[in-house]
Amino acid sequence: MSVLVYTENWDGKFKKISFELASYAVALAEQMKVPAVALSLGKVDETELKKLGNYGIESIMSDTNENYIGLDNQAIAKAVAIAAEKAGANVILIAHSNLGKAIAPRLSIKLKAGLVTAIHGLPLSLQPFTVLKNVFTNKAVGKVLVHAEKKVLTLAANSFGSQENIVTTIINHFDAGLSNTDFATKIEQTNKVTGKVLLSDADIVVSGGRGMKGPENWAPLEELAELLGAGTACSRPVSDEGWRPHSEHVGQTGKMIAPNLYFAFGISGAIQHLGGVSSSKVIVAVNKDPEAPIFEAADYGIVGDVFKVIPQFIEAVKEIKS
Amino acid sequence: MKILVLIGNVPDTTTKIKFNSEKTALDASGVQWIINPWDELALTRAMELKENSAGAIEMVVVATVGRQETEATLRKALAIGADKAIRIDTEPKDGFYVASQLAPVAGGYDLIFAGIEASDYNGAAVGGMLAELLGIHSISSVSGLQLEGGQITINREIDGGSQTVKMTTPLMAIVQKGIAKEPRIPAMRGIMMARSKPLEVIPAIEVDVLTSFESFSLPPAKAACKKVPEDQAKTLIYMLRDEAKVL
Repeated sequence: MSVLVYTENWDGKFKKISFELASYAVALAEQMKVPAVALSLGKVDETELKKLGNYGIESIMSDTNENYIGLDNQAIAKAVAIAAEKAGANVILIAHSNLGKAIAPRLSIKLKAGLVTAIHGLPLSLQPFTVLKNVFTNKAVGKVLVHAEKKVLTLAANSFGSQENIVTTIINHFDAGLSNTDFATKIEQTNKVTGKVLLSDADIVVSGGRGMKGPENWAPLEELAELLGAGTACSRPVSDEGWRPHSEHVGQTGKMIAPNLYFAFGISGAIQHLGGVSSSKVIVAVNKDPEAPIFEAADYGIVGDVFKVIPQFIEAVKEIKS
Repeated sequence: MKILVLIGNVPDTTTKIKFNSEKTALDASGVQWIINPWDELALTRAMELKENSAGAIEMVVVATVGRQETEATLRKALAIGADKAIRIDTEPKDGFYVASQLAPVAGGYDLIFAGIEASDYNGAAVGGMLAELLGIHSISSVSGLQLEGGQITINREIDGGSQTVKMTTPLMAIVQKGIAKEPRIPAMRGIMMARSKPLEVIPAIEVDVLTSFESFSLPPAKAACKKVPEDQAKTLIYMLRDEAKVL
C-alpha cells in the first residue's frame, strides 16, 4: 500500500502546486502509515526531480518519455494507472488543475477507484474514508465518504500549502510502456503566458470589474499587480465585453481561485463572482456603492473611487517595498 | 455525423443554498432549476456547428440522468434546438453512477460535449469517466472547437497558457467558458417546436456508487468588513502587512 502523487511539470520544471501536492501526500501517507511515492511524467532532469525531496518525498518514479508534452488526457491517465498498480497505491493524488481535472476521472474508472475532486484538508477519518470538498461553487462544504478501496483525489490549489521537509530522495526510472499511438492529441500551437503571474499560481490577485469603466483604464491596476507580483483577473461582465481575456474571468463559470489576498476593484460582488473567490484568505474591496454585496464578503474595504484609491495603494506598496 | 450533449439540471446560479434539517441534502424548496451553465454553452456551440455543417451534422441529441422534474430543463434544451432528448429515469448519485447510466446510450456519436463541471456538486467527473467507459479520447478545458471534414481543431486552456490542437472523432470534448460566446436563448418558435420533439425515457441500470455525501455545512459567517476612508487608502495597505500579514 502507498500514496502515489502525480507531480505535474511544465517546460521541465515542476508546477508550484506539485510541491503543495507533495506536502499533502507526505502528510496523508503519515496518517495512513504507508509510504508516499511521487510520479513524474515527461522530461524533468535529476536536479529538478530532487526538489521534491525538499517537501518530504523519498521515492520518485520518473518516466521521461517526451510524448507526455502533448498532455494527451488518455495517455497520461493510462501512465498514472500503470504507475499506481506498480506502486501498489491505494490513494492517488492529483492537482485540481486543468490537467488534473482531465485525467482524474479517466484514472478513477481504470482503477475502479472512488473519485473526489477539489478536496481540502486531510481526511477526517480513514475508516470510512471521509474528506471535505466545497460544493455549490464554494457556497457550502460537503463531507464525502469514499466506499471504494482505491481513491483518486484532486487537491484544491492553495488549500494545504507546501511544507518544507528535507529528506534524501531516490529516483527510480519508470517506463509506463506507452507507444506513439497512445498519444492522440496533436499540438498545432502553444501560446504561453510569459512575463505574467499565472492566476492559478498567484498568491495575490488584483481584479477589476465594470467599475473600471473600460479596458483603457487597466494600466494602474496592472501596475499595482506588477508591484505586488500578483496575477490579474476580472469579473464576468468585463470578459463578456471583451475588455479582458476570458482566461482572466474569475467566478462561478470562470476560474475559481484561492489566493492569500484578493483585490476587487469596481466589482459589485454578484453571488456568482463571490463563489469563485470566496476561498481567498483575505479579500479587499473598493467600490463606490456602499451597498455593494462585495463588502459582505470582504475583510477590508473602501467605499470610494477606484481611480483615487489605486494610486494611493501603489504609493503605499512602494513605501513598504523600499 | 451525430453530436451528443450531456445536460445537467442544477439550481439557478443565484440560489441561496440551504439544506434539510438533517443537513444531508439540499433543501430544494423555491429553487429554480436551469441547464448547467457549461452544458448550455456546449449545446449552443453544438447548434452552431450543426447549422454551419451544410447537413453534415444530422442530429444533436441531449441526455440527462434525472427524475421527471428535470424534463423542463430538457424541453428548454429542445427549444434551444436539440433534435431529441434522452432522460435516464433515476436520481443522479455520484459521478460514477451518472457516467455508468449514460454509457449505454452514449455510443455511436462522433462528438460528445460535457461541461467541465456542474455548478451543484462541482464533481468535474462525468465527461472524463464516460469517455473512459466508452474507450474514446477526451480533451478537457476546451474553450473553442471547429469542425472540418473529420478533423476537429480545438483550443484548450492549459496551466500556463493555451493551445491549439487537432483531434479525430469519436471524441469527448469537456468544455469551459469561451466554447460559445453567449448561451442561446430559446425563441418562441423553438419553444413551440420543442413540444413535439421526441423525449425518450430510459429505465436506469443497477450501479453501486463509489462515493456519497454524508452531510453538508454552510461556511462560517465572515467578520464585518473593516472600512477605511477613501483619502486614507494607504493605511489599508499597511493593515494588510501588519494586521492581516498577507503582504
